[in-house]
Formats: sequence, structure tokens, C-alpha cells
Amino acid sequence: MDKRRVRLLQLALLVFLVLGWEFSVRLGWVDAFFFSKPSEIALRIFEWFKSGEVYRHLWITLAETVLAFTSGTLVGVAFGLWLALSPVAAAVLDPFLKALNSVPRVILAPIFTLWFGLGIASKVALGFTLVFFIAFFNTYQGIREVSPVVLANARMLGAGRNQLLRHVYLPSAASWILSSLRTSVGFAVIGAVVGEYLGASAGLGYVISQAEGVFDTTSVFAGIVVLAVFVVLLDVAVSVVERRLLVWRPEPGQEGGTV
Amino acid sequence: MVRPTNSTPAVELLRVTQRFGEYTAVADVDLRVDEGEFVAVVGPTGCGKSTLLNMIAGLRPPAAGEVRVFGQSLEGLNRRAGYLFQADALLPWKTALGNVALGLSFAGTAREEAEARARGWLAKVGLGGFEDRYPHQLSGGMRKRVALAQVLIMDPKILLMDEPFSALDVQTRQLMENELLRLWEEDQKSVLFVTHDLEEAIALADRVVVMSAGPASRPIGNFPVSLERPRDVTEVRLTEAFLEIHREVWGLLREEVMRAHGQA
Repeated sequence: MDKRRVRLLQLALLVFLVLGWEFSVRLGWVDAFFFSKPSEIALRIFEWFKSGEVYRHLWITLAETVLAFTSGTLVGVAFGLWLALSPVAAAVLDPFLKALNSVPRVILAPIFTLWFGLGIASKVALGFTLVFFIAFFNTYQGIREVSPVVLANARMLGAGRNQLLRHVYLPSAASWILSSLRTSVGFAVIGAVVGEYLGASAGLGYVISQAEGVFDTTSVFAGIVVLAVFVVLLDVAVSVVERRLLVWRPEPGQEGGTV
Repeated sequence: MVRPTNSTPAVELLRVTQRFGEYTAVADVDLRVDEGEFVAVVGPTGCGKSTLLNMIAGLRPPAAGEVRVFGQSLEGLNRRAGYLFQADALLPWKTALGNVALGLSFAGTAREEAEARARGWLAKVGLGGFEDRYPHQLSGGMRKRVALAQVLIMDPKILLMDEPFSALDVQTRQLMENELLRLWEEDQKSVLFVTHDLEEAIALADRVVVMSAGPASRPIGNFPVSLERPRDVTEVRLTEAFLEIHREVWGLLREEVMRAHGQA
């Protein structure tokens, strides 16, 4: 299947869905009050960007996402390294980490708002609790899965503890960590938006929540569309970084290419 | 080959035993490798050949007995030894050049010098021009060459080899064996080469040691190989002297192989 054909079919499907929606509303099959209309939603988004009022919200959500993502990843990776290389600490902390990770994070949002206020901090904290565990578990797993032969080889070649960390453990865990980053970005956004949704004065989640409060479905859908595009762009950015850092990894089916 | 007989052996195992939980892999092993000697250890699968190497490398200390390296009792990792593993042991995230330069950079050699010497070694194993390839972009034989250069650049006095060529096809394998002999003849390191392939053992070594089938395996035969050097591993296999040694060793090894299979 060649790429262009897939793209064409995707485009056709999109057009079909959007037109189907638009005409279902126009022909009165579904109620515009509940479903709005693609044309109106597009117009609303256009107005938002034209007036510039959406930039403030986008900026806030982006800041929260980036802060939660970086802090959660850094602390999670450091924690994962520590526990993977120190079996005693891992054995002691294991039940605590499992218990913490089993707490549904949405429950924490009101507490974080109480602790950190209505501003950015409470959203970052919520995103952090989501991202931390993803980064932590993946780092931990990545370190545990280091090939024992590669490890023994590096030791025989004279690697000290720090050199093992830098040249063996971290690069080996890197593929796990990096492939978890895309999931992490998604969760950082969820943390930010859910936090805004439950109590904030700015951000995309706030915009959607406000619109729902006055039954403005057009703005709700417009907010969802902007949010979706925002997440896709972040995802693309992370994949670019991932591909840059993992040049050494074989593409599927490329193993032992040259003879 | 003439060798001083009174010198300290490079490697000496004294009544060495290794256990894994309840399982005794090797028991009461005495073995010596003289300086500059090429010793091959053959035995049926599961006879603890790799266990021997890991003890000499210091990766897993013996449960009982003593490992001596140039007369000194071994503690911790064996810093005089280079280890060529059976499985792929290259760092997949480093290029061929980065892999070969690794040991030097661990030792604190300046990057430029380490890379210059690594280039030299890659050329020496016939991989000039492949410096920037990652391991997955190389064939199995090429990866073995890189691994060989990675070990030899550190100039170890002792070379431990664990069925290093067993995953290669026959032609590549014989090429690599000749390559190994050529490199070995340059500076005559002490080599302990573990294999299950008797022909490979005889073609390469000065002496072939036969291990009994596991568990609790130990050396049961010791056969000097007085074939002339330099050898070509492909041609030497066809000589009468080779066949004679082969018959002799196989007589002993055969029983152990049968025993190992009977237990499996």
C-alpha cells in the first residue's frame, strides 16, 4: 500500500465525517444545540485566533504541560536509576510505589488545588504525578533489562561504576525512556487540562469548562479541536527528538543488513 | 614450539569448584595455561566450559579452590585478561569505532588518541571504512571482528574466548580462525579457547583439554598438538597428523558426548 493512497483515503474519510456532521445538523436530523456544526466551530476557532484571546490559554496550558513533563521525567528517571541499581531500596519501596500509583490522579486534583492554589502549580503537580510513574517504571525496566553480556563485556574492558552508568545503563534504558516520552506528553496534557477543568482561571481546560457552563457547545468543540491539534504537535516534536537520539537502533527488518 | 618450562603459568586453577545453588557445574578442576600457550578446552554441552572462563575472568569467583594469574591469587576482576564472549557483546549504541575505542577511553586515554588507535585496529581486522557503522549494520562475522579488535586493543596478556565463532557460517568461521592465529602469532598471548568443536580446537591450539560431561565436570584428558605453525586451519585439517590427533581425542570425547546426551 503506497503512502499517497493512504493519505488520500484518510482525507476522504475526514471530509465525509465533517460533511456528514454538517448536513445532519442542517437537515435537522440532530439538534444543533447539542452538537453544534463544523462550520460554526471552524468560525469560532478562527475568531479566537483572530482576536488573540486563545493565545493566553494556549500559553498557560503549554507551560503547565512542559513543566509537568520535564519535572516528572527528570525525577522519574533519577528514581528509576536509583532503585534499579540498589535492590534493597527497590525491595523496601516497592509496595509504597505500587500503592501510590494505584491512586486515581483525578482524586488528587482538589487536594492539589487546596495545597498549591488555583494557579499553574497545582496543574503541574497533577501532571507530575502522572508523568513521574511512567518515567520511573520505564527507566527501572530499561536498567533491569540491560544485557548481562554487554555489561560483563564493559566491565572486562575496565569500566568503573560511573562509566557503566554512562556508557551501558543509561543508553540501554534510553530506548525505554524515550519511547515512554510520547505517552508521558499525553499524560502531562491530561494533568494540565483536568486540573484546569476542575478549577482555574486560564488554560484550554478552563475555556472548555466555562463554555460547558453556559451550554455553548460550539466553544466546547472548538476547544477540543484546538487541544487535539496542540497534542499532535507536541507528539511530533517528541518523535523528532526520539529519532535523533536512537539512530543506533535497527529499523524493523534491518538487522545484519550488510554481509 | 619451544617454551621455557619453569616460568610462572599465566593462568592456574587449583582444585577449583563452582556451584549454582544445588548444582555443581565444575568440581576440583586443575588447569594451567603457560605464558604464550594456546590451550583449547573441549567438552560436551553443559560441561561448564563457560563457567571456567567466568571464574578466570573474575566475573564469578569460585565456590572453592583458587584461581592464580601469573602466580597471584585472583581477587575481583582479572585485569590482565581480555574476554571474547559467545553472544554479541558489542554496545549496540556505539559505532564500530566507538566500540573498539571503549576500553581505552575507560582507561582515560584522550579521545583523539583512542580513536586513532581504534582506527588502526579496525584496519587490522579488515574493517577499514566501517568505522561509523553501528553493530546492527554489520554482519555476524564483522561484529566478531569488531569484538576481537575491542578486546585486543587493550593488549591483554591473557585471552579468554568462549565459543566466539560458533554462530558464524563455516566459511566465515575458518576465515576468522585464520585471522585469530595470524593476530596471535604477532605477540603470542596466553589463550584459553573454549569450544564444543573438536576440529576447531585441534586446528588452533597447542594443547587440547577434554572436559567430562556435567554435572561436576572436570578435565579428563590432555593432548598436546604438535602441528607445525604457522597453520592454515582449512589445510591443516587434511593432514595425516591432524587426523591422528583427532582420532585419539575423539576416542575420549565421544564417551562424554554420549553421556551428556543420555542425561539430557
